[in-house]
Amino acid sequence: MSDRSMPQAERIKIPRQPMPTQDPQVRVHNFHEVALGLAEEAALLEASRCLQCKKPRCVEGCPVGVNIPAFIERLREKDLPGAVRSLKGDNNLPAICGRVCPQETQCEAMCVVGKKGEPVAIGRLERYVADWDLAHPSPPPPLPPSSGKRVAVIGCGPAGLTCAGDLARYGHQVTIFESLHAPGGVLIYGIPEFRLPKRIVHAEVDYVRSLGVEIRLDTVIGKTYTLDELLNEQGYEAVFLGTGAGLPMFMHIPGENYNGVLSANEFLTRVNLMKAYLFPEWDTPVKVGRKVAVVGAGNVAMDASRCALRLGADQVHIVYRRSAAEVPARAEEVHHAEEEGILFDFLTNPVEIYGDEKGWVRGMRCIRMKLGEPDASGRRRPLPIEGSEFDMEVDMVIMALGTQPNPLVFTESGGLERTRHGTVVADEQTGRTTKERVWAGGDIVTGAATVISAMGAGKRAAADMDRFLRGEGGAWAG
Amino acid sequence: MYEILKREDLAPVTKLFVVQAPAVARKARAGQFVIVRIHQEGERVPLTIADDDRQQGTITLVFQEVGKTTMQMGTLQPGDHLASLTGPLGRPSEIRLYGTVLCVGGGVGIAPLYPIARDLKAAGNTVISIIGARTRELLFWEEKMRSVSDELIVCTDDGSYGRKALVTLPLKELLEAGRAIDRIWAIGPAIMMKFCALTARSSGVPMEVSLNSIMVDGTGMCGACRVEVGGQTRFVCVDGPEFDGYQVDWDQLLARQRIYLDQEKLAVERWQQQCRHSSQGGDEDV
Repeated sequence: MSDRSMPQAERIKIPRQPMPTQDPQVRVHNFHEVALGLAEEAALLEASRCLQCKKPRCVEGCPVGVNIPAFIERLREKDLPGAVRSLKGDNNLPAICGRVCPQETQCEAMCVVGKKGEPVAIGRLERYVADWDLAHPSPPPPLPPSSGKRVAVIGCGPAGLTCAGDLARYGHQVTIFESLHAPGGVLIYGIPEFRLPKRIVHAEVDYVRSLGVEIRLDTVIGKTYTLDELLNEQGYEAVFLGTGAGLPMFMHIPGENYNGVLSANEFLTRVNLMKAYLFPEWDTPVKVGRKVAVVGAGNVAMDASRCALRLGADQVHIVYRRSAAEVPARAEEVHHAEEEGILFDFLTNPVEIYGDEKGWVRGMRCIRMKLGEPDASGRRRPLPIEGSEFDMEVDMVIMALGTQPNPLVFTESGGLERTRHGTVVADEQTGRTTKERVWAGGDIVTGAATVISAMGAGKRAAADMDRFLRGEGGAWAG
Repeated sequence: MYEILKREDLAPVTKLFVVQAPAVARKARAGQFVIVRIHQEGERVPLTIADDDRQQGTITLVFQEVGKTTMQMGTLQPGDHLASLTGPLGRPSEIRLYGTVLCVGGGVGIAPLYPIARDLKAAGNTVISIIGARTRELLFWEEKMRSVSDELIVCTDDGSYGRKALVTLPLKELLEAGRAIDRIWAIGPAIMMKFCALTARSSGVPMEVSLNSIMVDGTGMCGACRVEVGGQTRFVCVDGPEFDGYQVDWDQLLARQRIYLDQEKLAVERWQQQCRHSSQGGDEDV
């Protein structure tokens, strides 16, 4: 079927292989993974759809520059170990990327096959190869002799794990400092089990550990140690800041502190990291209303709304001030949410939350919006329609409005310049900050973005840190 | 990782642990707290640091068994380990020379009050302390508080020890007697702190309170602990735990502490059932 001699005209005729999924009626009652992964036959068929372009555009679309045609070709030849070597040579966390990357706006958006038909399902193939690897573990790649240089990576999320993995592969001695009791950052506290099973995160973290990276949990930089202590007292020659954007935003409208109003961060942390869906077997509780409003329409809002549904809410509304066209979440997440029965209230914005005499949410006043001229983000600015206020009866409100960098890490970090949005100023190519021997990447630099863009930044920073540690970095121009 | 080196039963439901945590002890300052988890399935619980020993690399935690986690924690013994311990978190108390300071501690709140009184005394302040508990057997650290206080007033709600009074009564008397007091710290259950604030408000003496709201991460990530102070939403974990007692929206704090009451009840019942079961020689997996 995946015959090497298959002519291009034949290959193009093969339809894009669909991802099997759990039935929506069933999956709204469980936390098992929604997307089940391609079967071998489908994966091989899909792999033969790749035209093996001489100048692959897909690679340009990948923030970490995975050599996509190379791993797909190994897969097509049924050389799975070869496909794994190729893929993991470029990407330390492929089973994660294969699941959560927005491929439709990155590699797959650039795919030549997609010009006339549907693009090669690169994400599904990446996941297939990575999952095969997890099922058939191989020893870690040989490492170069140790450079003797100690490097600290702050934050054990996608940026930090990628940066640490690459630094270890360059031969440096890396310690990751993580404030929570489990490694993974947003992969573990934010993204739900049904979209990214935690065993996948554990396995990929273990892979990074197998490269010699030490992970120190329960350690808050800015509190347990400061950045300056790491550089000046603890013997680290270079530091990578990858603490993400963990601070939740609220709307600052009346009634926001009633019981039953919570940040998506709190809700998702309780559910994912603390496994509140297993309460009382696990100790952390979560309380879910009958009628839930989730404010915002990013991936976090989709995750929160789908968790609320699984925890027994009768009705879950996404309340979003812009229209369907501006929804920032991945198309697949929106599609899955719709299939599961999440309701979308577009062009709607909360203005006040009402509570009962015991301090619990009982309703939310909203106003209808219309779209005006494009704003700084390039999206049309939502404007309130005078006199269009109406009340929604809800008993739980989850604020999924985006996040900002947590300023804790900046305690004793003299010379580190930040923007007025609280993000760190860093060179886009090298990740160098204004503070000597400190690099940064991921959401702490860009504000809330994607897993893969954080990984790209971690990777670029690791390369520059390696040059610097080998004495080839040149003068610090921050 | 975080070994319990010593255990002391301060009262039937109040336990003291000395825990090995050198990195935390190195940095701990009065007023700060840690987040602990007792096992892999455990919740993250904030506990104020009651004492520290940098040389030994230890911190002291005092907790009252009020819910499932603290009840289970109360079964741990020296040699056992906490699954995780993170800190020191929150902002330290503002210790400096004020003149005369009044330290008011109620119930388990006496524990976090001690290092504050200790450091205020060391900074040269005259320290007057009022400590109280519901009844005699719940009172602890009288001698420890005396050792860092110029004056110590002890009271119990039921009069079983010391003066029969709530801590607000000696507080009111001291303020009304016209003693020159420059600052007050009040730490205890939210309801006690609320009434201390109501009692002292008219005196105009600045009052610090240490809030005990529900937390998850303890680093500003989730906002579970938020409460209005002076009309502004503040996060107790990073903006506090100490705030101006006259500015706190106490009723909001009290309501927010009750969010998980139903689940807490369920968890306690389940735990007690498991304990009964295992003490009858049944299932050991508790």
